[in-house]
Amino acid sequence: MIDEDNNEEGLEEGLDKVYDRRLIARLLKYLFPYKWSVIAALVLSIIDAPLAIAGPLLTKAAIDLFLLPDPSRPPAGYVLWLKQSADLVGLGGSKSQGFIFIAALFLLCNVVQSATQYLHVVIAESAGQKAIYNLRQEIFSHLQKVPIQFYDRTPVGRIMTYITNDVDGLAEIFSSGLIAFLSNIAVALYIVGCMLRIDWSLALMSCATLLAMTGFAAWFRTIARPVSRSFREHVSAMNGFLKEHLTGMQVIQSFNREAEELRRFKHVNDARLRAGMAALLRSALFHPTIAAIASIGIALVLCFGGSQVMRGIISLGTLVAFIQLAQSFYDPIADLHSRYPVLQSALISSERIFSLLDQPVAITPTENPAPLATAHGRIEFRNVWFAYHADDWILKDVSFTVELGQKVAFVGLTGAGKTTITNLLLRFYEIQRGRILLDGVDIRQIDPVQLRSNFALVLQDIVLFSGDITSNVRLGDQSISEERVRTAARAVHLDEFITSLDRGYHSEVLERGAGLSVGQKQLVGFARALAFDRPILVLDEATSSIDSRTESQIRNAIQKTMVGRTALVIAHRLSTIQSVDKILVIHKGEIRECGNHQSLIAQQGLYWRLYRLQFGGKPVRDAEIA
Amino acid sequence: MVSIRRLLTYVARYKAMLAWGILCLIAANLSKAVVPWILEQTVDGLAHGIAYPLLLRLSVMIIAAALLQAGFVFAEERLLTGAEMAIERDMKNDFYAHLQKLPLGFFRENRTGELMARASNDMSIAVSTSLGICLNSLNTVVALIVILPLMVRLSWRLTALAFAPLLLATIATMVFQERMRSWFEKIQESFAEICARAQEVLEGVRTVRTYTQERAEIEAFGQIHRQYLSHNLRRNRLANMIYPAMQLFVGLSFVAVLWYGGNLTASRNLSLGQFLEFMVYLGYVAWPMHELGSELASFQQVAVSIDRVDSILSLQPAIRDPVTPLAIQAIQGSIEFRNVTYTPKGTNRPTLAAVSFHVNPGQTVGLVGEVGSGKSTLMDLIPRFLEPCSGAVLIDGYPVREIPLQLLRSAIGYVPQETFLFSDTIAANIAFGNPEAAQAEIEQAAITAGMGPDIAAFPNGYQTMIGERGATLSGGQKQRISIARAILPRSPILLLDDALSSVDSYTEEKILARLRHLRQGKTCLISSQRISTLRDADLILVLHDGRIIARGTHHELLARRGMYAEMYETQLLEENLAAS
Repeated sequence: MIDEDNNEEGLEEGLDKVYDRRLIARLLKYLFPYKWSVIAALVLSIIDAPLAIAGPLLTKAAIDLFLLPDPSRPPAGYVLWLKQSADLVGLGGSKSQGFIFIAALFLLCNVVQSATQYLHVVIAESAGQKAIYNLRQEIFSHLQKVPIQFYDRTPVGRIMTYITNDVDGLAEIFSSGLIAFLSNIAVALYIVGCMLRIDWSLALMSCATLLAMTGFAAWFRTIARPVSRSFREHVSAMNGFLKEHLTGMQVIQSFNREAEELRRFKHVNDARLRAGMAALLRSALFHPTIAAIASIGIALVLCFGGSQVMRGIISLGTLVAFIQLAQSFYDPIADLHSRYPVLQSALISSERIFSLLDQPVAITPTENPAPLATAHGRIEFRNVWFAYHADDWILKDVSFTVELGQKVAFVGLTGAGKTTITNLLLRFYEIQRGRILLDGVDIRQIDPVQLRSNFALVLQDIVLFSGDITSNVRLGDQSISEERVRTAARAVHLDEFITSLDRGYHSEVLERGAGLSVGQKQLVGFARALAFDRPILVLDEATSSIDSRTESQIRNAIQKTMVGRTALVIAHRLSTIQSVDKILVIHKGEIRECGNHQSLIAQQGLYWRLYRLQFGGKPVRDAEIA
Repeated sequence: MVSIRRLLTYVARYKAMLAWGILCLIAANLSKAVVPWILEQTVDGLAHGIAYPLLLRLSVMIIAAALLQAGFVFAEERLLTGAEMAIERDMKNDFYAHLQKLPLGFFRENRTGELMARASNDMSIAVSTSLGICLNSLNTVVALIVILPLMVRLSWRLTALAFAPLLLATIATMVFQERMRSWFEKIQESFAEICARAQEVLEGVRTVRTYTQERAEIEAFGQIHRQYLSHNLRRNRLANMIYPAMQLFVGLSFVAVLWYGGNLTASRNLSLGQFLEFMVYLGYVAWPMHELGSELASFQQVAVSIDRVDSILSLQPAIRDPVTPLAIQAIQGSIEFRNVTYTPKGTNRPTLAAVSFHVNPGQTVGLVGEVGSGKSTLMDLIPRFLEPCSGAVLIDGYPVREIPLQLLRSAIGYVPQETFLFSDTIAANIAFGNPEAAQAEIEQAAITAGMGPDIAAFPNGYQTMIGERGATLSGGQKQRISIARAILPRSPILLLDDALSSVDSYTEEKILARLRHLRQGKTCLISSQRISTLRDADLILVLHDGRIIARGTHHELLARRGMYAEMYETQLLEENLAAS
């Protein structure tokens, strides 16, 4: 279901946990090639976590050892270890020396923490960006393989959003999200661990606070979700309104509906504001509540711990450390919470991307493709039936053969099925009935890439890519030498024009070929066909009028390109039609007449009428303008 | 600077709300500043012996302060962000109202997507982000004003020592952010390149496949994609320096406090509680100081968005009501073009050149010509969607630019070439020009436009929804609804711009017959590529390259054996062929 536009809301509803997990698992596969980076980043972030809370612990040590040493309670645990280290380096003697020692240690922790943090973030982000690169590259490659029908029904702008917005939506969880998620949990666990080491009863009390915070965060999501969804719905409703009204502005103005439409816009906009306010009412609750819970936790620690200090059960340093540790809970919880919506939208993006990647590729190559190095160029359509949509037959029982080296023209009204024939021959679409044979081999037996490498195609509207002229002639095929490009251009008389440009063959072609005339673009198309030197030429002549000089250049180019090749031409020009071996008249999906120009004219049938319609008389117009 | 002033006029509307919000912000900071003091009292009390009831009371005070603070922060967020949203709403209303006044030419020059980006992205950056930056900065400043004296009270030397690294951090962030911007731009550029390349290849997919260049294209895409990746990786190495560096600065500040503050405490210049109090204060201001730097640095990006919104809001509508409108009540329907030339902006090829003709009320004029011959431009000049570059368009002998716009447009029933319907019910779409129309009138219009049987076949009839979430109509059905919409208000002038192109000639014939009846007394301009549509017009104008190259009735034009006759014969032949 690629082409559903605003399905984000619906998707979110459908995202149950199991499904989420499957998506995440599939996403993680992209990180797999960088597993060592991810592991390194994880290890670093876990090293990093305890350093982040070195402050409270060192403060406790400073108090217990130097500020308010309690002779009744000898230092124990890490505090004792610190004292021994201080004595070892000769800084355990006096209070001021002790502070230098503690401060130096703190500085060291800080430097190490900054360094590990830098490293783990850079390593994780690099891995994430490489994974994103691979994903985008995979999407682009996949787009080269999906059936042409996909392009028929999906506008290019929409396809582009897969490569841009959707991939970007994943960038965050790939680069920092995963690591941050784990390191936040690590920090929280580490805080709990430290607390338990120092004093378990106070620790349990603080854990209760932590539980209250996470419980509140979880509950909060359930109450915030419907309102934030309703807000998003209102935002998209308003954008929809705006988009529609900007597009239909002429109608609004012509029916004097400005005042009424402004009133309606205000209505939609007000509804959006109300929904936003409702969402704000919830979201504004989160941070103050979490902070308040943290403060209540501190008050409890102070009250309970204080009484223990009074009774001499714990040291004052322990109490101070606990107060500081309890405050540190706030950050990881708030950070986890803020990452949740990012994860949500990333899942929506990944859903869209995977549905694209799951589109079957165009045409599965046959089990054992027929060996076909280079075709000679005999084409046969045998009772071919084809419809783009079921039962709406575009071609009905079409049969014809084009012998080696023959030039055949297709003539008919717009929509008769001429272009379809060339599309089928290149196997852009699969036929429903009948067979198409190339050199006697069914084209379904041939690998599509191999099949197409026998054709040179010159379409009405030549597609030019940004790049220089040379690269537009040989496209990406580096095996075509610059000399061959020049020869091809000379053959179609484009050489003179190209060399007149500032940078000759290396002149840049502007976006979509701006700067070249329609005729010149056509000539580039012919040069391309010549440079690729393929046995069969498919030509859809341009209908647009071109000046007479270019016209004669094109006529010459057509002749040159057809030499020595089998050629299929959708003809719009008198000169072409008179020089082909055979003309097939297509009408309403059937071949009605077949023969050469003279014989068909003599029949005075469809061709004779079509000929008058398409190639006949335009002598009057000039006189009339004058 | 004009643009910032415009933003301020919106801000001024919510000054009460903002003022209360700022008061709450100050109150929140004050109640926050109490907590360290309570901690100090407790710790010092514990160090020197304290009664349990006092300890309990201090704990309760912390809870009270926390609850107060939570309440104030909530109120502040509610008020300030609420004001922000309200400002954004007002600006959007004005933006939309302004767009409604802009002429058709504007919408042809600016793509809808681009305008949408301005209305959504740019506007929210201009409002939310800019106000967000201001309010966050304000919060930092208020916090500093409240907390700094409390810190200085404890020890000014210690305060100075603690703030030195923080100040450095703020400045470093600003400088760094500035440098990162060039990287940001470089990445944006290479991303744009990726998009352009992908778009080209996707659009040229048939060419790529025929010449079997898929592999080469994937490789070429990969090459610029790798470029983007390497930019990103390098930016990544640089940009991620900032956070750890800030952490180091903040850490330095704490190191200084631990060392010097420890000594002060040891020498009894500071109590243990005060030492702790100072550390907590420092925790309050350390990170906001660093954020202040990055926020100040990002203000320039905000300015760009404000400018982009402003550039549209400050456009003067090119087509406006006349300054001294004519005092006319009704329009009879004669139309005259006097030597009218129209050249689209940015080109020098006129789409309409020196066109003159005259139509009496009740007459029908047919316009015929190829695509791009100027038929639509001619039509658009009558309701003043476009303004002629020279010459004049007159209705009832008055220049259209002197007729009040509302009167002018309500006198014209217009069916544009590109059918546009709103996602609403069929009835609402038909009654678009006259929302008060009775159901019978709506049905009558639909029947005249040949849409009656189609609508009757829908399960919900006239209440059928159209558009993305509703029924999908064929091109011909849409065109017929568009015609019904135009004929419902019974305006004296009817413009049909190629309005029957998606309808088959049999249906067209029937619609035309019914319209003929309705057309009596109406001035009518019909353009078409199909001559059969125009056969019985009172006057037919043959347009070519923006000029009238022939005029007359059907029979007169046929007799002249010109382009008209040629087109007619070709079309007859084509119809004949299609039928065989």
